[in-house]
Amino acid sequence: MISKVRSHVTQNEPLLFELSSPGKKAYQLPELDVPPVNASKALGAEHVRREIEGFPEVSEVEAIRHFTRLSTWNYAIDLGLYPLGSCTMKYNPRLNEAVARIDGLAWAHPYQPEALSQGAMEIMGALERALLEITGMDAVTLQPAAGAHGELTGILLVRAYLESLGNPRKKILIPDSAHGTNPATAAIAGYAVENIKSNDRGMIDLELLARVVDEDVAALMITNPNTLGVFEEQIARIAEIVHSKGAQVYMDGANMNALVGITRPGDFGMDVMHLNLHKTFSTPHGGGGPGSGPVAVKKHLEPFLPLPRLTAGESGQRFDYDRPRAIGRVKAFYGNFGVIVRALAYIMAHGGEGLRNATMDAVLNANYIRKKLEDYYELPHRAPSMHECVFSDARQAKQGVRTMDIAKRLIDYGFHPYTVSFPLIVHGALMIEPTETESKRELDLFVEALIAIAKEVEEDPETVLKAPHGTRTGRVDEVTAARKPVLRWKPAD
Amino acid sequence: LRYLPKSDSERREMLEACGVSALDDLFSHLPPDVRLNRPLALADGQSEYEISAYFRAQADQNANGYASFLGAGVYNHYRPVLVDAVVSRGEFLTSYTPYQAEISQGTLTTIFEFQTMICQLTGMEVANASMYCGSTAVPEAGMMAARITGRNRLLVARSLHPEYREVLRTYARYQGMVIEEFGYAAGHGTVDLDDLDRRLDDKTAAVVLQSPNFFGIVENLDAAAELAHRKGALLIDVFTEAVSLGLLEPPRQADIIAGEMQSFAISPSYGGPYAGVIATREKYIRQMPGRLAGETKDSHGNRAYCLTLSTREQHIRREKATSNICTNQALIALMATVFMTVYGKQGLRELAEQNLAKAHYLASRLPVKFTGPFFNEFVAAFPGKSPETINGMLLDKKIIGGLSLGRYYPELKDCMVLCATEMNTREQMDVFAEVLAQ
Repeated sequence: MISKVRSHVTQNEPLLFELSSPGKKAYQLPELDVPPVNASKALGAEHVRREIEGFPEVSEVEAIRHFTRLSTWNYAIDLGLYPLGSCTMKYNPRLNEAVARIDGLAWAHPYQPEALSQGAMEIMGALERALLEITGMDAVTLQPAAGAHGELTGILLVRAYLESLGNPRKKILIPDSAHGTNPATAAIAGYAVENIKSNDRGMIDLELLARVVDEDVAALMITNPNTLGVFEEQIARIAEIVHSKGAQVYMDGANMNALVGITRPGDFGMDVMHLNLHKTFSTPHGGGGPGSGPVAVKKHLEPFLPLPRLTAGESGQRFDYDRPRAIGRVKAFYGNFGVIVRALAYIMAHGGEGLRNATMDAVLNANYIRKKLEDYYELPHRAPSMHECVFSDARQAKQGVRTMDIAKRLIDYGFHPYTVSFPLIVHGALMIEPTETESKRELDLFVEALIAIAKEVEEDPETVLKAPHGTRTGRVDEVTAARKPVLRWKPAD
Repeated sequence: LRYLPKSDSERREMLEACGVSALDDLFSHLPPDVRLNRPLALADGQSEYEISAYFRAQADQNANGYASFLGAGVYNHYRPVLVDAVVSRGEFLTSYTPYQAEISQGTLTTIFEFQTMICQLTGMEVANASMYCGSTAVPEAGMMAARITGRNRLLVARSLHPEYREVLRTYARYQGMVIEEFGYAAGHGTVDLDDLDRRLDDKTAAVVLQSPNFFGIVENLDAAAELAHRKGALLIDVFTEAVSLGLLEPPRQADIIAGEMQSFAISPSYGGPYAGVIATREKYIRQMPGRLAGETKDSHGNRAYCLTLSTREQHIRREKATSNICTNQALIALMATVFMTVYGKQGLRELAEQNLAKAHYLASRLPVKFTGPFFNEFVAAFPGKSPETINGMLLDKKIIGGLSLGRYYPELKDCMVLCATEMNTREQMDVFAEVLAQ
């Protein structure tokens, strides 16, 4: 009855520290070709440690088996659909991994002479140009390390710009559907946060917006499509309202996978935005990073972009440090170059038409899931879906089954759950983003699983409430973990 | 379009199910005036072969086949092959933040091991599961100190990496935080404790210093900690060269440690991605930013791990969170975890001893600027010559020399910071010395 998975033996594995035995090694260094130095003499005995207490001592075979066994306890895109809403868990092409490991790129030191870094700088320039074409913006920095870091950079740019006009202003408007990083970012940039309520279609309420935008507002942070997967149809009007009071519009580009090749933020009035290379541009999520969060801006914000700026000079590319109005640095060096390489490889593989086709397939997949499931799950907002769709657990809640329970049961059917209980404006949300890199077969299996669960909820809710049943690890006690934190291994007394 | 796994007939079937006749109909609700009515002006999609060739050609425009003595926050260490064998596994590479603990025990367990090893290395009680890099870990540590002490002033050593100081200033500006720098002892190269003492006051949240510092010199943390603590300030110790912890006494005197893990099997990659880390005392956990994995039990009573103390984080606390960080550097932290496993207790020490020996060999043949104890980096001074001239002569011998310090320290304009690791041979160092002798 469950089509995608069957039960499978997995191996137990202790922690590294429990595997250790004194004297075991997984390394061999070359013989030292210079005279040895007495550490106590060179550094002072008080600076030299006796040993690294508790550090692992294992053999090479045990090391590789350890990590391989642990790896089998993870779900991953390589195993199937990973429909986390707003995370854009698309296939990570292996070509990107290969090119990022080419010696001349992977082993380039950030301080090697610019004349010996022209290839790396050309790659950065090529990605900058592609991102400008995709977003319709005027300038871009590749320095930020992830989406939230890009948000901070973007809001600092807004602040520096408004300051240059004489008043940095006091607050940032954020819709109640926004990612948590938006308000956290505004706070770090020294702004007060004012939440604005979405209308009953899950969109920004224009009348409300017009009422709250005033000369104290520095910016509106908006996600488009928003976290319901809905395109803000009045986006141009929203930008007008915000601009009419001299404020800026920041666009969180987390959902850019719905827009590439179809519409451009620069063409609908956005002043500044970030992109997530690890979402839209396929670089691997790696269990939680690394990411990369380039920030693209309109011309008026360009003088404030972080140092240094890549510029094409007569004798090749160089970094310009002479930028007196820049907000400074947001990170050492030039950005997550290894991620930049991967994103460019992805863009080159698709080309302009291919990127547009990818967007269309992403939207098709989300709409297909929506259509197939709307008879079984409550769809709280009926506006057309872009790249993701959001259901609620309203029907299942009548049987005492909540979105988290359905998510856990989905694991038994061989899928990673959707994003649970977000956005906050939908009570008991199931936020599903399939991405374009899923086959019809995989989508059909997923739909079949969620329909089967909806039936289980009616006939046998206990099975769902106690899920997952088929995993090597049962439901994890997160309450105890937080109440009595154990955050490192310690030897038994 | 090899990344799109659908046939045309499947697409048609799906469109039909959606009740539309063409893909474009899915976008008919978008206002026409915001639609892009032309194809993106990007080159056509290319084959795997062509893309590989492009990147190889770019790599050829970079330095190739050069020996290098660059350090200054990014170090050239051997990368055991096991590292890529592990991080290339799709289960680690293509998963995300382990919110669903039941199917993420692999990532969660490795994070728990990472946290433990960072504690063992640093002598701290807790460590987070990574920050973006060392340079952003420092302002996060500074903001953490401000929350703990309720104070807003940071005293920062000039011998902290100059780019880290720039990042700190960017972050601090709108936090109502005051950044003031204190100097280094001109002869010894360690922090100027008298200058620090003079500047410390009861508004100081923390003293921030780096050890080994930007000049490679090992700091006297006892003295700095004592001065800071006497005024109720915290000590934040920063490290950029993690290999030094294989040999150096753990910085237990510090209250918060902000470090860069790049040395642990993370390739230099022209400046990133790297992984930062924050470690601290247990009593400060709730003020610490970043993800944490904790031990607990599952419904069968077996040991299990999950993300924990997330009430500190932005997805729960929003504008009241300890940081806005979300995606961090999990896969990079895994590289460091595999590295620490491969070298282990004996190997990390032996590696550190080799680094010490190599750097001291190179230093024995060059004019060393400071008298303080150094690990694998040191400052060389060439009075009357410009470091650029020397580096130019070295380039002719296929050697990349050190980082010129004039840009960051006008008073050290005839100096460069040099690094020697296990990757540098005696032969390379002899050539270096010969070039200087010319």
